[in-house]
Amino acid sequence: MNPNTRSTLAGRGLLVVFMVATLIPFVTIFSTALQPQGSIPTGVSWPSDPQWHNFVDAFQVANLGPLLGSSLLIVLGVVPISLLFAAFAGYGLAQLKVPFAGALFLVFVAGLTIPFESLITPLYYQMQELGLLNTRWAIILPLIALFMPFGVFWMRAHFQTVPVELSEAAALDGAGPWGAFRRIHLPLAVPALSSLAILLFLWTWNQFILAIVMVDDPLKRTMAGALGAFQGRYGTDIVLLSAGALLIMAPTIAVFLLFQRQFSQALLQGAVKG
Amino acid sequence: MTSSAVVASVPSLVDGAGAAAPRRRPGGRRRWGQLVWVAPALAVYAFFVLRPLITSVQYSLYEWNGIGVATFVGGDNYAKVLTDPDQLGIIGNAIVLVLFFTVIPVALGLLAAALMHGLPRGSFTTVSRSVLFIPQVIPLVAAGIVWDWVYSTNGIANQMLSAVGLDGIARPWLADFDTALPAVGLIGSWVQLGLCTLLLLTGIAKIDPSLYEAARLDGASGLQVFRHVTVPGLRREIGVCVTVTMIAALASFDIVYITTQGGPGNQTMVPGVEIYRLAFSEREVGQASAMAVVLMVLVLVAILPVQRLTQRSDQ
Repeated sequence: MNPNTRSTLAGRGLLVVFMVATLIPFVTIFSTALQPQGSIPTGVSWPSDPQWHNFVDAFQVANLGPLLGSSLLIVLGVVPISLLFAAFAGYGLAQLKVPFAGALFLVFVAGLTIPFESLITPLYYQMQELGLLNTRWAIILPLIALFMPFGVFWMRAHFQTVPVELSEAAALDGAGPWGAFRRIHLPLAVPALSSLAILLFLWTWNQFILAIVMVDDPLKRTMAGALGAFQGRYGTDIVLLSAGALLIMAPTIAVFLLFQRQFSQALLQGAVKG
Repeated sequence: MTSSAVVASVPSLVDGAGAAAPRRRPGGRRRWGQLVWVAPALAVYAFFVLRPLITSVQYSLYEWNGIGVATFVGGDNYAKVLTDPDQLGIIGNAIVLVLFFTVIPVALGLLAAALMHGLPRGSFTTVSRSVLFIPQVIPLVAAGIVWDWVYSTNGIANQMLSAVGLDGIARPWLADFDTALPAVGLIGSWVQLGLCTLLLLTGIAKIDPSLYEAARLDGASGLQVFRHVTVPGLRREIGVCVTVTMIAALASFDIVYITTQGGPGNQTMVPGVEIYRLAFSEREVGQASAMAVVLMVLVLVAILPVQRLTQRSDQ
C-alpha cells in the first residue's frame, strides 16, 4: 500500500470520527426523548418501551402549531424584502454609475463585523419609541437591516460577474436601467438570490437574542426564541425538553436535507465569497 | 453569536473593500438619480443599524436606568469595563473561547484536509457533508439544550467516563467552577468543526496537484509538504475559518445563555450575555453600552490582522 493511500485512509478515518462526534449528542437526546415522562434517564439507553407519544405531548405543550406560523410570518417579513433591497443595491453599486459607490459599499461592508448584542440595547429603546415592542415588527425590521451588509455584499459580488456587454446590448435596444434590470439582470440573478434566500431563512429562523429581547410572548417569537422559553418552563423534565428540542430542530434539518446541495454551497460560499 | 449569520459573511471585509473602486460601466457619467437603487437598502440600514450604533456610543457616556433622567459620566463606564476585575474577566473568557471555537476546529480541519489531500469522492462526500453541516443548521439554542444534557450528571459524558473506569472525574461539567468554561468552549468546537473541515477540504482540492508532485520528487517529508504546500495553499480558507469562528467566539450569546447564563459565579460570563444582563436585568444601560462598544472594538482588533495576513497577494 503506498503512503498516499494510507494517508487518505487515515483522513477518512478522521472524518468518520468527526461525524460520530457530531452525531452522538443527537443520539443521546433522541433516546432520552423516548423514555417514560418523569423518569430520570441516563445518557444513552434504548427504552424498553419507546414512548413515541412524547413527541405529540411536546408538540402540544410547546404550542408548536402556532409557533411554526409565527416563525413563518417572521421569515416572510424578512426574506423577500431583504432580497429585493439587496438586489437593487447590488445592481446599482456594480452595474450603474451610482455616485460614491465605493464609499457606500464600504459603509455597508463595515456592518459585517458588528455583533448583534452591541446594538440590542439601543434597538430595544428605538422599538419602544416606535411602539413596536412585543410585535413581530420589532424582530423583522432590525433583521432586515442587520442582514443588509451581507445581502448587499453578496448581490454586488454577483452583479460584478455579469459582463458589461449585456448592459450595453440592452442600452442599444433602448432599455433603461430598470428595463435592463427586470428583463436581463434579474433572471440571471436567480441562483445568487436563491442561495441568499436559503441563508437568510436559516438565520432568521434561528435568531434568538432579538426574539427574547423584543417580544415577551413566546408565541410571537421565532422558533429559536420560543425554545428558550420552553427550556425555562420545562427545564426539569428532561424527557419532554428533549422531545421539544428535537421537534424545534426538525424544520431546519428537514429543509437542509431537502435543499442539501444548495445549502452546503451557500454556506461554503457565504464563508468564502469575496 | 446569534447564528452563523453575520459570521459567515465577514471574511469578505477587507477583500471586498479593496475591490470597492467602481469599474467602468456603460451609462456615461455618474447620475445622482441612480442613488434610487441603493436608497431602500441604505435607509433601512441607516435607521436600524447606524442609528443604534451611534446611540450605543452616546448611551455609553451616561448613567441611565432606561426610564429616569440620564446623567453624563464621561468615560466612567469605559474605565469600569477596562479596570474592574469582573468585567476584565468577562473579556478574558471571550478570549479563552477563541481557543475552543477557532484553534481546535481549524487545527483538526487542517489535519483532516492534509491527510486527504483533497475531497473524498462519491457517496462519502455527500454523507460527510450532510452530517458535518448539521451543527451549522440547527439553532444554537438547540445545540445548547442538547449539550446541557450531554454534560449533566446523568449525561452521556459521565456515562462514557464510567464505562472506561474513570468514574472518579465524573461531574456535572457545566456546574463545576474548573470545567464550566472549557465545557462551554467544546460546544463551540462541536459547532464549528464541520464548517472548518469542509471549507478546508474544498480549499485543498483546488491546490495544484503538481505542487505536491514536485515536493515529492524533491524528497520533502510529510511535515515539509504540510508547511510549504498545504498551509500556504489554504491561506485564504484558513483566514475565512479563523475570522468566522473568532467572531462567533467573541460575540457568543445563545450557547452561554442557554447552558450556564454565565455561571457558576462568573466563570462562563461573556460580553454578549453581560450586555444583556446589564441592560435588561440590572437596568444599567450606560454600563451595558460601554461593554457593547468594547465588544465591537474587540472584534475589529481581532479580525483585522487576520484579514491582512491571509488576504494579501492573492493574485
